[in-house]
Amino acid sequence: MEPLIAIVIGAIYASAIYMMLRRSIVKLVIGLILISNAANLLIFTTAGLTRGSPPLIPMDGSALPEVVADPLPQALVLTAIVIAFGVLSFSVVLIRRATEIMQVDDMDQMKENAK
Amino acid sequence: MLIAVLAGFVLAMFAPVLTRWLGHRVGWVMALYPAAVMIWLAGQVPQVMQGGGLYFEQAWAPSLGLSLSFWLDGLSLMFGLLISGIGTLILLYASGYMKGDPRVGRFYAIMLCFMSSMLGVVMADGLMSLFVFWELTSITSYLLIGFDHEDEKARKSALQGLLVTFSGGLALMSGLIMLNLVTGSWSLREIIGGEVSLRDNALYLPILLCLLGGAFTKSAQFPFHFWLPNAMAAPTPVSAFLHSATMVKAGIYLMARISPEFSGTSAWTLILCVFGAVTMLTGAFLALRFSGIKKVLAYSTIMALGTLTMLLGIGSEAALIAFVAFLFAHSLYKGALFMVAGSLDHETGTKDIDAMGGLFRKMPVTALSALVAALSLGGIIPLFGFVAKELLFEAVLATSQLTTFLLAMTLVSSILVVAAAGIVALRPFFGALKETPKTPHEAPVTMLAGPFILAGLSLILGFLPPLVGQPILAPAARAVMGGELTMSLYLWHGINTALIMSMVSLLLGLVICWQWRRVRGLIARLNPLLDRGPESGYWRLMDGLVRFSEWQTRVLQNGHMRNYLLMTLTVFVGLTGYALLVRHSLSLNLALDMRIHEIVVAAVTAASAVAACLMRSRLAAVAASGVMGFGIALLFLLFSAPDLAITQLLIETLTVILLILVLFRMPRFADLSTAGERIRDAIVALLTGALMSLLVLTMYDVNLFPSISEYMVDNSVDLAHGHNIVNVILVDFRALDTLGEIFVLALAATGVFAMLKLQTREKKAR
Amino acid sequence: MKTGTLILSVAARMLVPLQVLFSIFLLLRGHNEPGGGFIAGLVVAGAFALHQFVYGPAATRRLLRVDPRDCIGFGLVLGVVSALPAWLAGEAFMTAQWWPVLNTPLIFDVGVYLVVLGSVLTAVITLTEVDKDDY
Repeated sequence: MEPLIAIVIGAIYASAIYMMLRRSIVKLVIGLILISNAANLLIFTTAGLTRGSPPLIPMDGSALPEVVADPLPQALVLTAIVIAFGVLSFSVVLIRRATEIMQVDDMDQMKENAK
Repeated sequence: MLIAVLAGFVLAMFAPVLTRWLGHRVGWVMALYPAAVMIWLAGQVPQVMQGGGLYFEQAWAPSLGLSLSFWLDGLSLMFGLLISGIGTLILLYASGYMKGDPRVGRFYAIMLCFMSSMLGVVMADGLMSLFVFWELTSITSYLLIGFDHEDEKARKSALQGLLVTFSGGLALMSGLIMLNLVTGSWSLREIIGGEVSLRDNALYLPILLCLLGGAFTKSAQFPFHFWLPNAMAAPTPVSAFLHSATMVKAGIYLMARISPEFSGTSAWTLILCVFGAVTMLTGAFLALRFSGIKKVLAYSTIMALGTLTMLLGIGSEAALIAFVAFLFAHSLYKGALFMVAGSLDHETGTKDIDAMGGLFRKMPVTALSALVAALSLGGIIPLFGFVAKELLFEAVLATSQLTTFLLAMTLVSSILVVAAAGIVALRPFFGALKETPKTPHEAPVTMLAGPFILAGLSLILGFLPPLVGQPILAPAARAVMGGELTMSLYLWHGINTALIMSMVSLLLGLVICWQWRRVRGLIARLNPLLDRGPESGYWRLMDGLVRFSEWQTRVLQNGHMRNYLLMTLTVFVGLTGYALLVRHSLSLNLALDMRIHEIVVAAVTAASAVAACLMRSRLAAVAASGVMGFGIALLFLLFSAPDLAITQLLIETLTVILLILVLFRMPRFADLSTAGERIRDAIVALLTGALMSLLVLTMYDVNLFPSISEYMVDNSVDLAHGHNIVNVILVDFRALDTLGEIFVLALAATGVFAMLKLQTREKKAR
Repeated sequence: MKTGTLILSVAARMLVPLQVLFSIFLLLRGHNEPGGGFIAGLVVAGAFALHQFVYGPAATRRLLRVDPRDCIGFGLVLGVVSALPAWLAGEAFMTAQWWPVLNTPLIFDVGVYLVVLGSVLTAVITLTEVDKDDY
């Protein structure tokens, strides 16, 4: 399964970077969303994929199954998802302010105007 | 010991508060700290005389073999006594000098920090602690030199001192690290007494050069001497402290400290003797060029530092005895003279010697102190400076290499120094009384005590050198020597070559002093040459740096994010891709173990990501990215991450809310790029995406470190009483990380709030 | 002020208390089952976000009673406070302490919950309020 996910990750990265390279600042927002998702998926996949065996220790005291999903990347990604949202909301508001003040959404023009 | 060093930092914290309560009298309280340290150090004298010492160690980063350790031997003791003793007097002096200045609290705070750092330097045993304290003295002295931070000249001078000493600090650090690599120890005590012979090591010369780089910059050796006179922009108590007993002596201390392990080789002798001698002459010569009293003193300090370096370079028994004696004498008289200079400035309102005259009657005690200290500076019988100077001449006469060169340099320098001493001590006080910006009268008692006591000590010790000889100087010399030596100091050595040299220098020096103005005129003709000295090199370097950074900002940081991204990505793809393809055989494990529903989910996720960047309307793009988000959530769920799936779903919902609130208030998508740009961007994006895929695939084959997850899985229930391991990691095992993360989240939200609300308020205000 | 359809407004009114309860349930069981501070915070933030879409930010603020920004601050304080007991007990900073009923990881998780809740709501509510001012 991993090769397939690897291709998915590559596809999201490619789309994200393409969007981030656009001059229209609004497209940058979409790029940001995509790239943080790609990174999350990447970290999640690093430890390998395990089907149907979440890192939960049974409450009745029975032993864990032989193979259990790695909890560490999951913990990392969990916070990463929430923080990505926080940063996204910050940058989105920042971009909104920038377009309001500059009255343009072309990043090249913004730089010209800033001079 | 730890307390002795660290108390200053603690006290410094309270200095501003205490100042508010006590006013300028706070100096008396502050002076208690160095006084206490001095008394404590004096109590250690008998033990150190016996050849013993103190050692203190506190584990710091045991896994790296680092510890915070201090070591008190003869050399540290002598420096410690000078620092704390002169420090006490300076702090008292400052309470008079700074009277009425609103910045007294800040002054004492920095001053105490500096004092503690300096004590730390001379008592540190760990190489890293030495380095840390060393840099601390640089930083605090930067603050002290730039104390008048509203004056541009002070700021520039402070920065110059900082840059010069920091660049030396970098060299010092590399030297210390190499030292550790060679000896395998972080402790100075072990290295110096150690088995490993450094002199035969291949790294001997690099280490020596690096350490000397640190010492030379700190101690203002030629060609780094220029920062010291500029540092005179500091308030006078600072100059008195920094340039008599401390800051600049740190470099001397370092050289003396490593001397047992390093001295005796031809490299050591050559470098130290030549640089020391050149510095000595440069300092003595330039001292006559200026009429500012502090400048004259500053250059004579450079001369003294050069002398000390040269003596260390000679390294014979006689030279080392002369070294400690000269060092001690210099600290006493230079401290006194700087304080006198400060008093003159304070009482007359000018620093220019030409503008002063006939002050003897107005300020008798100051004049007396100045006279005695200057006699010591000139090395005139019966002062302690004379004892030191005789030893200096004898040590130079007894050298086997470079004798003529060193002798000539020493003689010329001492002639010039006699002249400088005469200028400082005679010109302001005798002759006709001159109009000065302030009406001069005797300085207050606090400002008299310092110079008087120090000058008095120079006199007493001149008659009775053994007072300090056996208890303080001998152990210090032993520590520099790294072995036993016999030491006997006399005032009167009988009529010998050294005495004749003294006489000659005295006579010629007085002649120069007499004809000072003419001499200065002659020197002024050399100005074009002198202006091309090392200092102009420094300024040219600084200008070059500024120009270079302007250029690279223009070219590399041109403000187009696209260009940064493109450049970063190209480099990333190029280097990583190269390494990946060349270093790793791509043995991709393509055994496909897929289920049909997983393939569908993955395909939808990837397709919607691609769709998100092809859509021409904002709504469609947002919808596509939403589909991708839900696809990822499903993938999380399929591969055993229920917590992640829930979080992803919720965040996806909130993201859509956020985008509806913000994105649709913004302009529509516009196609701004040309077709060529689009193709270029697409190629870069595709390459990066492909590389990421390859990286992920390779990652499964490479396993560099054992996973730490096993520990967490095994201990989750036993140690943390939790069955959901992901949550246990978040709130227990790695709670500190989570704490940092929620801070980030809080910051982001605060940022959003600030940006939006401030804007609204601005609008309302209009 | 009321916007949206009848179904949405009724649903919002019914869902908010349910979701708050559910979030507390998620928070408490988080140590043993899927859930925890992050997820619970997001659930409750979602609930209030829905509410303010229907009834407007002012009504949501009234319902919340506390400013969401205070939630952030309080959450951060809880997070830091939970680190201190270990210090007093002479163990390494942030070592978990377990007492009957209460334990430091739980305090910490509640802190996380409040920060997530506060941050999301601060962003969403402020954005809506500013829009109301603008248009």
